[in-house]
Amino acid sequence: MRVEFFLLVAALLFTIGCVGVLVRRNAIVILMCIELMLNAVNLTFAAFAHESQSMTGHVFVFFVMTVAAAEAAVGLAIIIALFRRRRTTDIDDASLLRW
Amino acid sequence: MLQLLWLIPLLPLAGFAANGLLGARLLPRRIVALVGCGSVLAAFVLSAGAVRELAGGRFTQPLFEWLPMGQTPGGSDLTVSWGYALDPLSAVMILVVTGIGFLIHVYSIGYMEHEPRAGFARFFAYLNLFMAMMLTLVLGSSLPVVFVGWEGVGLCSYLLIGFWYDRMFDEKAKMSCADAGRKAFLTNRVGDVGFVLGMLILFGATGTLDIQGILEGAGSIDPWWCGAAALLLFLGACGKSAQIPLYVWLPDAMAGPTPVSALIHAATMVTAGVYVTCRMAPLYLHAPGAMLIVAVVGGLTALFAAIIGIAQDDIKKVLAYSTVSQLGYMMLAAGAGAFTASVFHLMTHAFFKALLFLGAGSVIHAMAGEQDIRRMGGLRRHLPITHATFLVAVLAIAGIPPFAGFFSKDEILAGVLEMGGESGSPVALALWGLGILTAAITAFYMTRLYLLVFAGAPRMPEEKRHHLHESPAVMTLPLVVLAVGSALAGFLGVPEFIGGLPNYLEHYLAPIFAVSGHAAALTEQTQGGAALSEGTALGIALFASLAGIASAWAVYRRGPLAAGPGAAGPRGLTRLVKGRFYVDEAIDAVVLAPYRGLCRVAAAFDERIVDRLVNSVGAAADLASQLGRLAQTGYVRNYALVFFLGTIVVLVFVVLR
Repeated sequence: MRVEFFLLVAALLFTIGCVGVLVRRNAIVILMCIELMLNAVNLTFAAFAHESQSMTGHVFVFFVMTVAAAEAAVGLAIIIALFRRRRTTDIDDASLLRW
Repeated sequence: MLQLLWLIPLLPLAGFAANGLLGARLLPRRIVALVGCGSVLAAFVLSAGAVRELAGGRFTQPLFEWLPMGQTPGGSDLTVSWGYALDPLSAVMILVVTGIGFLIHVYSIGYMEHEPRAGFARFFAYLNLFMAMMLTLVLGSSLPVVFVGWEGVGLCSYLLIGFWYDRMFDEKAKMSCADAGRKAFLTNRVGDVGFVLGMLILFGATGTLDIQGILEGAGSIDPWWCGAAALLLFLGACGKSAQIPLYVWLPDAMAGPTPVSALIHAATMVTAGVYVTCRMAPLYLHAPGAMLIVAVVGGLTALFAAIIGIAQDDIKKVLAYSTVSQLGYMMLAAGAGAFTASVFHLMTHAFFKALLFLGAGSVIHAMAGEQDIRRMGGLRRHLPITHATFLVAVLAIAGIPPFAGFFSKDEILAGVLEMGGESGSPVALALWGLGILTAAITAFYMTRLYLLVFAGAPRMPEEKRHHLHESPAVMTLPLVVLAVGSALAGFLGVPEFIGGLPNYLEHYLAPIFAVSGHAAALTEQTQGGAALSEGTALGIALFASLAGIASAWAVYRRGPLAAGPGAAGPRGLTRLVKGRFYVDEAIDAVVLAPYRGLCRVAAAFDERIVDRLVNSVGAAADLASQLGRLAQTGYVRNYALVFFLGTIVVLVFVVLR
């Protein structure tokens, strides 16, 4: 298959994730959207690696997956802490640090 | 012992460090008193040993390079070394300072017994610091060292006048003791400007700051500069020694504890101006105009303060004006060229005025703080020792033979008559008349003081009469020693023409004041052609004193003057004298009021212009940040959006480049 199809799907996924981050207010959904964006990137890496017959892209995908796992753990921990204190996961309610 | 000269100022300084650092918390009162008095006694013993070994010579002890400032463009050496010098003049001074200082330290143990421990230690620490500074002033071998002592004693004077800084001193004028201290300090600053300027002129003219060097080069200074330097130094002396017009601080300095008045404001510090004038005698001899001014200011101060002294009702104020008056006497002598007489009177005055103040302190102690002589009287029976010693001091200051004041006052008057080598010139006669008049008034107000305090019927309330008691031995012993001094010190300087005893002091001081040879030649000329023979002059002076005593006896024998019938208060001349000629008020109107106006203008400029400028810079920064903070919404989405847009911008830039 041509690499353009993979790139198109990846771009679609990234856009969905990006818009989700910008418009949604639920912290869990935002976290999921970030995962979506990361996976779009992963797809791009894999597609190019396959195209150019190089292992570099595959190695990068593993790195991204590891970091994404760590990020999800930290993010969920923050959300749980936020929920415990304020009984909500709405990020617009977490604006205390604003002057 | 001469090699230990450096130790003399250092010992009281060590006492100050010990009492000042540890006294308030750690040391018991007994130790504080022991350290305070012991260090001064040790300094006295060292001084006596050093003076004995000196045997009338001159000894200089450079210690270390203090201000190594190198050479001036003119080629003169500006390096100041810290050193001490002992010669007959400073020998007399250190013996007076440490000897009388020690007696007053001992007296203070009794006088300050009701003070809490911290205050007790603070008091002795200050007194010791004062001794160290006074000895530095007297022994300093160069003008900057003298100036350190000069400022140091001024500082101690300030600290001790305001010792009871939380108490009121003058209810009517709303002046606290701290205010009185400040007044003394600031008035002295005016004089100190003169001292520093004089010092600079002398450095410019002679290229050295060493006193001996300056005096040796005094002859070659341009007469104008010489006169200017002499007058500027005299301005400093006016401040320290309370001469017109800078005398106003001394009466208010009575806010301090009485031993302080005795030590600093009678016996030692206030004579520093006279000492410096005598120290610089060769300089003054080259500036006859300046000497005349010194003599006139001294004479006027003597008379003026004595007149005010007649009308004071506070026992310490009477003594304060008397001190101003006697200092005027010393200045008169110095200005007339009779430096030996000036130092002689300085010494005898230290004895009898310290005695008067300590006696007054004993009276105040017995009266539980009462200082108004109108509410005293009849204390003779209750305070026998204080009474006897006080009487000796009164006779000494009034100039009754054979007490000390008689001889020194006579020396001064004789010196004034021969002023400038022209015996009986109109100026000399006029100043001599001032002196005689002052002598009569002095005898008058001292007799008045004595009669109102010790003689007659008691005028204090009944409950105070039971409280009356003679002071403890620690206070009366110094009184007795000082009384012996006041009675006998005069025999150190018996005039030649009376004979019997040689004039020890004049012989001792001769090498100092005959440096130029010029003055000696002048006094030789006058022999024979005197307008008044010394005997006649002495008779007139004695008659003036007796007349003063007799008239005071006639007026005040039965107690203070009752208010005149129907008079609402003192009027005319009496009112003027009672109000101290309103000098304080005049200074307030002429000097302080314009100064306060200037301060108000400066304050307005500061508030309206300087502050406003600075504030507007702050306001501009504030406004800018008000705008900036609008961008900070606190919503993650907004930040994410900006982040996203920024990424796009970077991408577009990278792609299109």
